[in-house]
Amino acid sequence: MTNMIGIAEIIQQARSSSSPNLIIDAVPYARLLGMRGLYEPNGDVDELILHLPPNKSNVGNPTLPALHGGAIGGFMEMAATIHVLMSMDIAKVPRVVDFSIDYVRAGRFEDTWGSCSLVRQGKKLVNVAIQTWQKDRNAPIATARAHFLID
Amino acid sequence: MADIEKLRKLCKLMVSANPGDHFHALDMRFTRLEEGKVLAELPYSESIVGNPETGVIHGGALTALLDTCSGFAAMSTLDDLAICPTMDLRVDYMRAAEPHKPVFASAEAYRVTRQVVFCRGVAYQDDINNPVAHCVANFIRLDPEVSAKMTQMIEPFLADIE
Repeated sequence: MTNMIGIAEIIQQARSSSSPNLIIDAVPYARLLGMRGLYEPNGDVDELILHLPPNKSNVGNPTLPALHGGAIGGFMEMAATIHVLMSMDIAKVPRVVDFSIDYVRAGRFEDTWGSCSLVRQGKKLVNVAIQTWQKDRNAPIATARAHFLID
Repeated sequence: MADIEKLRKLCKLMVSANPGDHFHALDMRFTRLEEGKVLAELPYSESIVGNPETGVIHGGALTALLDTCSGFAAMSTLDDLAICPTMDLRVDYMRAAEPHKPVFASAEAYRVTRQVVFCRGVAYQDDINNPVAHCVANFIRLDPEVSAKMTQMIEPFLADIE
């Protein structure tokens, strides 16, 4: 592996500087998807938003064209991982236990956005809700939930 | 049921026709197709690693593998050659996939209704009885007219596929 320099350190740095991209740059699968992270003001708080630009490598159906459902799922699962790492005081990458996704609209070949919320954070288990949309935040293309174990 | 030979060609077309797309990015391979059952393989690659410290691949890549494998299983139950959009999918991760080894997937369609195809699948490495992940996925069937039209559209493209 090329990224053997402590992931714990990178996570710490990402949190203290509010730079989710430090984590993304350290995780090969997140780089493969080509996702980015940013904080955007939402009411009184800055909300972590994950962005999946339209990359050819995420296309599943060239005739529409549409994103591969697996790429959307992978983006959402990765978004949840990053959200957990950015919002909780943990040093290790959380382990996903289960992931469930509802595809509610076609994922077109365009900018895709994701946001997460921690539904429940326990000592061992974290439940995360994930929403993904394209042009209109009120018209999600997929919703998902995941459980992670942290230690 | 679908003409399995044609479906095999369609599957080959879908994973190969668009160089640089998500099928190529993950290098997913489909090794066996029969009515209601599909086998696939995801080779290990550094690019799908989710934990750089352990080299374990990210669950997202397994989700993509199981989604695609189940999707083809769903398609194999239909009379027309038509894609079946995924309605929903749940993946349970039993254990981390061992690095530097391929992951195999086996998916089956266990119930077909007029509107929905119900599938389940398993991802494993050395032993299918000691799986890495399980999935259930439901697929929505296209309206008969749409799917008949899609068959007509697809068929000419299959002539050149071996």
